[in-house]
Amino acid sequence: MQNHILSVILFTPLVGAFILLFVPKENKDAIRWMANIFALVGFLISLPLVPMFWAQRFEVTPSHFKFLEGTANNWIPSIGAGYNLGIDGISFLLIMLTTLLGWISILCSWTAIENRVKEYYVWFLVLQTGMLGVFMALDFFLFFVFWEAMLVPMYLLIGIWGGPRKLYAAIKFFLYTLLGSVLMLLGILYLYFHHHAVTGVFTFSIPELYKTAPLIPFNIAIWLFVAFFIGFAIKVPMFPFHTWLPDAHVEAPTAGSVILAGVLLKMGTYGFVRFSLPFFPGVVSHPKVQGWVIGLSLVGIVYGALVSLMQKDMKKLVAYSSVSHLGFCTLGIFALNSAGLTGSVLQQINHGISTGALFLIVGILYERRHTREIAEYGGISNVMPIYATITMIMFLSSMGLPLLNGFVGEFTILQGAFVANWRWAAWAAPGVVLAAAYLLWLYQRVFFGTVTNPKNEKLHDLTPREILTFAPLIIMALWIGLYPKPFFQILEQPVNQLVQTIHDGSNLNAPANAQIAPAPAVVVTNVVTKASN
Amino acid sequence: MLPMVELTIFALGILLIDLMIPAGWKWINAVGAFVGVAFSALCVWEIQRALPRGAIGFYNSLLVDRFAIYFWYLFLAGAAISILMSVHYLDLEDENHGEYYSLLLMAVVGMMCMAAGIDIVLLFIGLELMAISTYVLVGFLRRDRRSNEAALKYLLLGAFSSGIFAYGLSLFYGISGSTNLAIIQRAVAAQSAHNPVVIIALLTTMVGLLFKIAAVPFHQWAPDAYEGAPTSITGFMSVAVKAAAWALLLRILVFGLYPLRSIYIPVIVFVSVATMTGGNFAALTQTNTKRLLAYSSIAHVGYMLLALVALGTSPIGSPGFNDGFKGILIYLLVYTFMNLGAFAVIASLRQRNVIGDEIDDMAGLYQRAPVEAVLMLLFLLSLAGIPPAAGFLGKYYIFLSLIESKHYALASLGVVYSLFGLYYYLKMANSMLMSAPMEEGRMPVSFGMRCAVGVAALATIVIGVFPEPFIRGVNWSLNIAQSPHVAAMVK
Repeated sequence: MQNHILSVILFTPLVGAFILLFVPKENKDAIRWMANIFALVGFLISLPLVPMFWAQRFEVTPSHFKFLEGTANNWIPSIGAGYNLGIDGISFLLIMLTTLLGWISILCSWTAIENRVKEYYVWFLVLQTGMLGVFMALDFFLFFVFWEAMLVPMYLLIGIWGGPRKLYAAIKFFLYTLLGSVLMLLGILYLYFHHHAVTGVFTFSIPELYKTAPLIPFNIAIWLFVAFFIGFAIKVPMFPFHTWLPDAHVEAPTAGSVILAGVLLKMGTYGFVRFSLPFFPGVVSHPKVQGWVIGLSLVGIVYGALVSLMQKDMKKLVAYSSVSHLGFCTLGIFALNSAGLTGSVLQQINHGISTGALFLIVGILYERRHTREIAEYGGISNVMPIYATITMIMFLSSMGLPLLNGFVGEFTILQGAFVANWRWAAWAAPGVVLAAAYLLWLYQRVFFGTVTNPKNEKLHDLTPREILTFAPLIIMALWIGLYPKPFFQILEQPVNQLVQTIHDGSNLNAPANAQIAPAPAVVVTNVVTKASN
Repeated sequence: MLPMVELTIFALGILLIDLMIPAGWKWINAVGAFVGVAFSALCVWEIQRALPRGAIGFYNSLLVDRFAIYFWYLFLAGAAISILMSVHYLDLEDENHGEYYSLLLMAVVGMMCMAAGIDIVLLFIGLELMAISTYVLVGFLRRDRRSNEAALKYLLLGAFSSGIFAYGLSLFYGISGSTNLAIIQRAVAAQSAHNPVVIIALLTTMVGLLFKIAAVPFHQWAPDAYEGAPTSITGFMSVAVKAAAWALLLRILVFGLYPLRSIYIPVIVFVSVATMTGGNFAALTQTNTKRLLAYSSIAHVGYMLLALVALGTSPIGSPGFNDGFKGILIYLLVYTFMNLGAFAVIASLRQRNVIGDEIDDMAGLYQRAPVEAVLMLLFLLSLAGIPPAAGFLGKYYIFLSLIESKHYALASLGVVYSLFGLYYYLKMANSMLMSAPMEEGRMPVSFGMRCAVGVAALATIVIGVFPEPFIRGVNWSLNIAQSPHVAAMVK
């Protein structure tokens, strides 16, 4: 039986964008109402997926995916591309995050966007479809189309509605991410031919490629891994591929930042989980490769946190904190055990909730004062008490305080890292401390004390609409913090499957005298070992 | 022959009718030309149905195979869109004469000979017919200095390269004693590969061909000619004339001189890398949209040459060979629509008192003509190869064939250069969508221009999202291009 719920979720925003095209653009309020309704419908329509998925969360299907749609190669039979959709626990959570954040970011743009309103919402809804498509596609060709097509609306959102250096930021964002994806395209084509060489069938179907990709010999697989890795690492972004992120975030409008941090960055980590690990199990479990990636993650965690500490611009601070948080996610993924992977996926959701909220928080001050300089503020808790409270909750969630969502994710990741190698966990732990430092220091400078700047005396507190944008995020933060069990259950089956694949596949494309430079994490480990001796 | 005869009749007819129609009614010429193209296309369709396996005629010099029919459709589509673009544009330039359409149709006749000829004399006549018509069309704005300069440069360099090309062909005649490509093929195959005459003949022929497709280092004429020519003609040159040159190149290199591929492929590798490098780097700094697109079209030739490398290094009929061939054919197909669309938008910027070919003239186009601006964005993204626009399909096949024939380094170089492309296309998009307009008010866009832009946009989207029928079409035209059946007919 074919169930079309995924297609419905996927195309609802696009249909909304299409209908919106026919509203005259002078009628700004009507456009806002309609866009918000479409976004809300887009979210509500994804809710029935929750009980449906919950009912079969432990089921094991032959392809490991559920809610399959489309048959193989039904789109472009001549090249073996199909319109195939399907999800597992990992993509299910990311899809729900996307629909939720999509609705919230459209809601938060009500007053922030004043010119070219219609276009803005049209592109935003198109972006929504593009992002959902990335998480649903089970065909590499389809995946790639969504992966690249989604760059266009994001580029326009930054370039048209962005800050002073928007043109630079928009082009940098587009070029950087495209560089990664074209290299990935070459990798995809190689897998495609390899599949043909093994089975005699040309297909881009991901479940089919799962069967043949691990058979590629190590000395070729390592290059393919690198091609994919650069593509995903730019998207995450991992140190040292992160330089586009602060520019894009600082220049993007608030809603753009929320989506960028909340969803777009997750595409990189999703790519690692969905493609890098099961395609190249022998490469990722090779100690040197693993060491390199973990090393970059650890550097990213500490570097991102240290740079955040030094920022004078609030939005830049949050942007760099993303580099640090995403470092935890990649650390968890490449710990290659179930705790690390589960924690990583959960932390991706948490990061979407917390950092999305942080960008909203910065956006609210920016909308009122048109500056994000930390030095301009002080004593805000006196004039905006509700705002200060919500900010505190979200800051605590972001820094990983127990009972809130961040703690659960980071704890599980560290647990996984500890099992794999205790030194990794030891090197990652300062990231948690530094996160508390930069966030609490920021809070102190902006909210505590007396109002020093006279311009801040008349600021009005949150409007009901703004509170509404935060409400779902706070609820989710508390839910994951207090009772994460359902999330762990949803992730259990796909994660175990993945760990099993890596375990089985680690000897398949096993290293054959591969020469790779020593990995930094290995070096670090050696230094530590020597020091402790 | 019929489609060509029909076009010729219409071309001559327009010249006669032009004398009779008063100044304000010159659009009748355009209608006449359009009807001519439509009739010709109908005729091609009839031929396609009547002769499913192709036919050879005209004293064994004209081979109407599927390859030729594919290109004929391409030329006719390019000509039709160019005609739509021209109507209002020529009025603005005060140069609305019947000769324009007549020459356009004659150029198409020449192209058809180039795509279908298998006799070097016919090929050369076709080439010259096309080239001479285009020389005149480039200089059609006789009161505009740039147009005159462009025409002169194009004429001098073009004539020079035609001479070299003819020299090469004459050597092949000397080697084989025949002007028929099939006989040349057999004669060349029998020769030793190190025969200096063969090598000189090959190199001179290639210089002529590479000049016509504007590959580096034979590209200098292109930016000047593109910039000076009327924009509608620039569009026509960049797609139809280029496609014809490619048809000629494929006929000669892949059909006639296929036995020499081990000699010419290294040259092609060098030229394709040089072309991608030269085109992309030069395009980065352009401020004139027509020059920018000229350099970008040079870069696109570089990508297509990559597919030729993949094709030439794979055994005949193997997947690498077929995909390389398909890559070139599909690229030319999508390029026809996306590039013509882009030039149509640029042509619509030409207003009574604005020349409109600087990037700054596009500033704020979105506020002045939103539909055109958004469609221009589509064309630019398609040129940059972003899915789901059609341009991605062309790039996809080229990289596919390169990976298939194991040219990983060339493939990586190609994708890196495609980033350069994105940069300069985005420069135009930025100016169009993100800057404030220089002048207020809606920009008037003529009906013909709307149609041209609309058709091109529709094709770009449809080919991108539902490529299956188009890929089938290309597969179909591929089937016979190399089949033993054709070889038998040629004997």
